[in-house]
Amino acid sequence: MQSLLKNRAFRDAALQVAFVGGLVLMVVAMFLAGRANLEAQGMTSGFGFLERATGWRISFSLIEYDTNSSYAHAVMVGILNSLFLGVISLPIATIIGVTVGVMRTSGNGMAELLGTTFVELFRNVPLILQLLFWYTLLLALPSPRHAEPIFGGIALTGRGIYLPGLNVAASSVFVAFLLLLACFALGLWMNAKRWPGLHLHQARRERNILWALALIAIPVMFWLGRIPETPLVDIPRAAGLNYKGGIRVSPELMACVIAIAIYGAAYIAEIVRAGFNAIPKGQYEAGHALGLSSWHIFSRIRLPLAIRIVMPTMINQYVWLFKATTIGIAISFTDFFMVISTAINQSGQTLELIAILMGGFLIINYSMAWVLNRVNDAIKLKGTQLRI
Amino acid sequence: MSTAASDTTMSYIRKHYFATPLNSAISVLLALFTLWVLWSLFDWAVLKAIWGKGLNEECRAHEHGACWSFVATRWRIVLFGLYPFEEQWRSALACLVMLAVAVLSCMPAFWSAKRLPILWVLGFATFFVLMRGGVFGLTEVTERDWGGLSLTVFIFAAVCLLGMPLAIIFALLRRSELPWIAKTMALVIDVIRSLPLLSIMFTFAIVLPFVLPDWAIGDKLYRVIVGYAIFFACYQAEIIRGGMQALLMGQEEAAKALGMGYWHRIGYIILPQAFRNALPPTINQFVITFKETSLVTIIGFFDILASGRAAAGTADWSFATIEMYLFVGFLFFIFVFCLSRYGAYLERRMAVGSR
Repeated sequence: MQSLLKNRAFRDAALQVAFVGGLVLMVVAMFLAGRANLEAQGMTSGFGFLERATGWRISFSLIEYDTNSSYAHAVMVGILNSLFLGVISLPIATIIGVTVGVMRTSGNGMAELLGTTFVELFRNVPLILQLLFWYTLLLALPSPRHAEPIFGGIALTGRGIYLPGLNVAASSVFVAFLLLLACFALGLWMNAKRWPGLHLHQARRERNILWALALIAIPVMFWLGRIPETPLVDIPRAAGLNYKGGIRVSPELMACVIAIAIYGAAYIAEIVRAGFNAIPKGQYEAGHALGLSSWHIFSRIRLPLAIRIVMPTMINQYVWLFKATTIGIAISFTDFFMVISTAINQSGQTLELIAILMGGFLIINYSMAWVLNRVNDAIKLKGTQLRI
Repeated sequence: MSTAASDTTMSYIRKHYFATPLNSAISVLLALFTLWVLWSLFDWAVLKAIWGKGLNEECRAHEHGACWSFVATRWRIVLFGLYPFEEQWRSALACLVMLAVAVLSCMPAFWSAKRLPILWVLGFATFFVLMRGGVFGLTEVTERDWGGLSLTVFIFAAVCLLGMPLAIIFALLRRSELPWIAKTMALVIDVIRSLPLLSIMFTFAIVLPFVLPDWAIGDKLYRVIVGYAIFFACYQAEIIRGGMQALLMGQEEAAKALGMGYWHRIGYIILPQAFRNALPPTINQFVITFKETSLVTIIGFFDILASGRAAAGTADWSFATIEMYLFVGFLFFIFVFCLSRYGAYLERRMAVGSR
C-alpha cells in the first residue's frame, strides 16, 4: 500500500479518477434525487410534456402561437424572440460603438469629450437599471390619441412605436435576408481564398458584381412577395383610440433594444478605441508620406487594421451581450429565459426545462462564436505581409 | 511668462478643436449639441425642479421639472429597504465598514497574501454582526428583513469573498499537469461561462432545492450567493490563468530547480506574480460583478434597485419613477466610476513599471 501511494503514476491516475468520478457522481446523484423528488410530487419526468398544450399567452411572437400550441412550440417562440432581439440590437450596438470609438480617437477635442462622456455614463450603470429606465420613459410617452406622427409616418406612443412598414409577406423578407447573408458569406469566402494570379481590380470587380446582385435581388423578392391589393408602403395612421397599419414595436422590445444597444455600444467603443490605439504610428505616417488624404488614411489604413485587431475581443463581447438579452424578463419581454421560467411555473417540469435552457444557450453561444471565428479567419491578415 | 502660457493654451485649443475648417465645424456643431443637452438637463433637474421634503401635492401638480422631494422624503426606503426603522443606523454603519474595507484594499500597503484576506474577513464579519445583530445587545434582524444598499453590498462582498479562493482553486485545477483534471475543469469553466448569470442564479434559487438533500438546501439568499460565486470564480479563474500564462517559463523552472515543492512554487512564485499581471482585469471583474449584483431583483430579492422601485411604487409617488432610477443609478455610478478610474490608474502605473 505504502509503495503504491509513493508510485507517481498510480497516484496521478487515482487523483484523476477521483476528481472526474467525484464530479460525475455528484451530478448523477443530484439528477436522481431531483427526479425522485419530482416523482414524489406526482410529476412525470421526461420530455413528453413538450407535446402538451401550454394554455398561456405570449405577448410577442414572430411565428404563429396561441394557447393551444405545444410547449415545444412556446420554447421555439422564446428562442426566436431572443435571436431576434440579438440580431437587431447587436448591429446597432456595433454601429454606435464604432462611431463613439472613432470619435474618441479622432483627435478632435470636442468629439473626444462627448465620446468619453457617453462611455463613462453608460458603462458604469447596471444594464438592468438602464433597461427599466428606458422602459419607464417609453411608457411615459403620450397615449396614441395625443401622439403626433413625426417624419411623416413614425408615431411615438406609450403603447408602442409605430413605424412605416412594407406590405410584403414575411417569408419573402426572410428569403431576402438570407440572400443578403449568402452574398456576405460568399464575399468573405472569396476574400479568404484570394487565389494567386487574381488581380486586385479583378477581385474588386467580382465583389461589385456580388453587391449589385444582392441589391437587385432584394427589391425583386419584395416585389414578388407583395400582398396583393395593398399599397407597397404601409404608413401607420391614427384610427380611433389607437394607430392602425405599419409596424408596431412594443415598448418592451424597444426598451430592450435601446438598453442593450447603448450598454453594448459603450463597451464596444472601448474595444474599438483600444484597437485604433494599437495601430503603430508608422502606418499612418506612411500614409501621410504617400500624400493620402486624412479620409483615405482612415478608411483604407486605420479602419481595416483596427477591425482586424479588435475582432477576437469583439467575438467575446458579442457572446457576452447575447447572454445579456436574458434581462428582458425584468420588463416581461418574452425571450427564451422568460418562456422557460413561465413554463417552469406552469408545468413544474423544472429539470427538463432548465436542461433545455442551458442546452439552448450553449448551442447558440458556441455557434455564434464559431461563425464569428470563421469571419475572423477570413479577414485576418495572412502570413507575414504586415506585423502589428 | 503669462503670454507664453496662454500661447500654449491657445495653440493646444487650435490643434485639438480647430485644426482644419472641417474640424472647426465639427467642434462647433458638437459644442452646440452639448450645450443644448446640458441646458435641457439643467432646466429639468435644477431650474424647474421641486426641492424639499414631503411636497407630494406640489410635485403632482407640476409637470415640467424633476421632483427631488421624492428623494428627500423616501431616501431611507431606497437605501435601507425593510430594515427596522430604529436600527437603520446599523445598516448605514455596516455599509460604511465595507466601504472602508474597499478603500483600504486599494492601498498597496495591504497587498499581501496575509493582510488582504484578513482585512476582508474581518470587515465582512463586522458587517454581518452589525446587520444580523443578536449579540452585544443588538436586536436580531434576520436576512429576510435586509434590503436596499446593504443587501447589494452584502451579496457583492460575499460573492467576492467566496469566489476569490474558488477562482484560485479553479485556475490551479485548470492548469493542472494531470490531463483529465485540466480537461474536465476547462469544460466546466467553459460551460458555466457561456451561460447567462441570470439562468445560474435562477437555477440555484429555484431548482437546487429539488436536487439537494434537505440539510444542504439553506436559505435562498445563500444559494444565490453560492451560484453567483461559482459564476464569478469561472471568469476570475480565466483571468488568473491569463496572469499565469504571461509569466516566463523560467520562473517556475527556477523554482523547481531550487527544489521548491508544488505549494511553495504556487504560493510564493506563481500566484503573487500572476495576480500582479492580472490586476487590471481583476478590478474590471469586480466592477462587472458589482453591477450585475442588481440582477437579484429579478429573482425576488430586495436589493437597492428593488427597494427603489418599492419606494416609487406606491400610488403617491409613482410619478417619480424616473427620479428614483436616476438616484439609484447615481449611487451605482459613483462606486463603479471610482473603481474603474482606479483600475485605469493602476494599469497606467503598471505600464510604467514594465517599460
